[in-house]
Amino acid sequence: MTEALIYGLAGAALAGCGTYGLLTATHALGRILGFNILGGGVFLIFGAIARRGAGAGFGGDPVPQGLIITGIVVAFCATALAVALLLRLRTALAVEAQAGHEEETQP
Amino acid sequence: MTLLFDVVLALLLLLTAFGVVTTGTERPAVLAFMGYGLLLGLVWVRLAAPDVAMTEIAIGSGISGIVLLRAARSARSSPHLPATPRTMMAHAPGMKAPGEKAPDKGVSDRKMAALVSVGVAVLLGGVVLALPTPAPSLAPQAAEALPSTGLGNPVTGVLLVFRGLDTLLEKMVLLLALIGVWALARDPLWRGAPAPLFPGIAPAPSAFLARVLAPIGVLVGIYLLWAGADDPGGAFQSGATLAAMVLLLMMGGLVRAPALGSRALRLVVLGGPFAFLAVGFLGWASAGTFLAYPPGFEKAVIKAVEIAITASIALTLVLVVLGPSAGEERP
Repeated sequence: MTEALIYGLAGAALAGCGTYGLLTATHALGRILGFNILGGGVFLIFGAIARRGAGAGFGGDPVPQGLIITGIVVAFCATALAVALLLRLRTALAVEAQAGHEEETQP
Repeated sequence: MTLLFDVVLALLLLLTAFGVVTTGTERPAVLAFMGYGLLLGLVWVRLAAPDVAMTEIAIGSGISGIVLLRAARSARSSPHLPATPRTMMAHAPGMKAPGEKAPDKGVSDRKMAALVSVGVAVLLGGVVLALPTPAPSLAPQAAEALPSTGLGNPVTGVLLVFRGLDTLLEKMVLLLALIGVWALARDPLWRGAPAPLFPGIAPAPSAFLARVLAPIGVLVGIYLLWAGADDPGGAFQSGATLAAMVLLLMMGGLVRAPALGSRALRLVVLGGPFAFLAVGFLGWASAGTFLAYPPGFEKAVIKAVEIAITASIALTLVLVVLGPSAGEERP
């Protein structure tokens, strides 16, 4: 079960790494990436717990494994929605900047 | 030997993640993130979770990667835009005006963030070290109940039977995410086709790759669905693989984005969650409780639900990646 310990600790470090990204990112996409890495770390700790629960002929406890799959899909949904919001914001800002520019050039 | 492999893999994973969060520019950060997803997939294999590995690589690295790459490209195409979060923070009350002592502030902010992050990591690491032995496990219960479902893969059993409610709710989340993305359209009717994934004519290698890879990928996707009952695989993995193949065909310029107003398209999207919900309600009639499967026909009904869910997952993932309808606002 040493791999459960190694990857559990790696998951803890990943969560820290993601927190750092979330706090220091200068652009919105960096925050989304940091958030995903933070989530990945939490899933990894959960996966290590699943591995520790191996038994009854299974390599890991299937219940947490199923929940991790659900978690990955939900995390993807959140990411996609955040990116869609970001793209819309950029379009809106570009339109606004263009309008402002046109106003300036007119006498 | 395997211990060495595990340690090296864990370190590589951490290095890649650190690369993602410290790279200032968007595109390299996204590329590093996709590599991180692949490494994480390998880790799942080492943790004896092949089902999670497939989901991670297909959704966490592949499809997320396309979404994020598109976002990174939009930043490059509009370089005159300010980096919004930073400027917004500079104007927030209690912060120094931009330019005044800015570098010092940045460094102390970073130190503070590093301190908080190390604190989070150490705390979670402590929790990992303090996990109880023997580890609590639901594996024996799952193994005991699995024969009654007619399935052989315990993870599929958990997703579709033991924790079916979670899966049903997750389908709804996927649907809500799609509605959220569509709601950002400038076209109030949500009817038109979304903008093409990558504008311009597809490069010849992309088209070639799509022609060669898509038939194999579709076959693998269908196999994953069928084999998922007894071996690693299942609705999510299969849906994600099929979605990736459709996106590959679109990137190769062989398939065009569909109009979002199409009735057939909306029926397939709604088919998965609502077929699952209908089976759930039928459970009251046939087995006495919500989301129970009719005794004697478990495997057949589960497979039918899985097929509807897979088609719906694949199409929803494609539509979420494609984004809202590109139509313009109408008066």
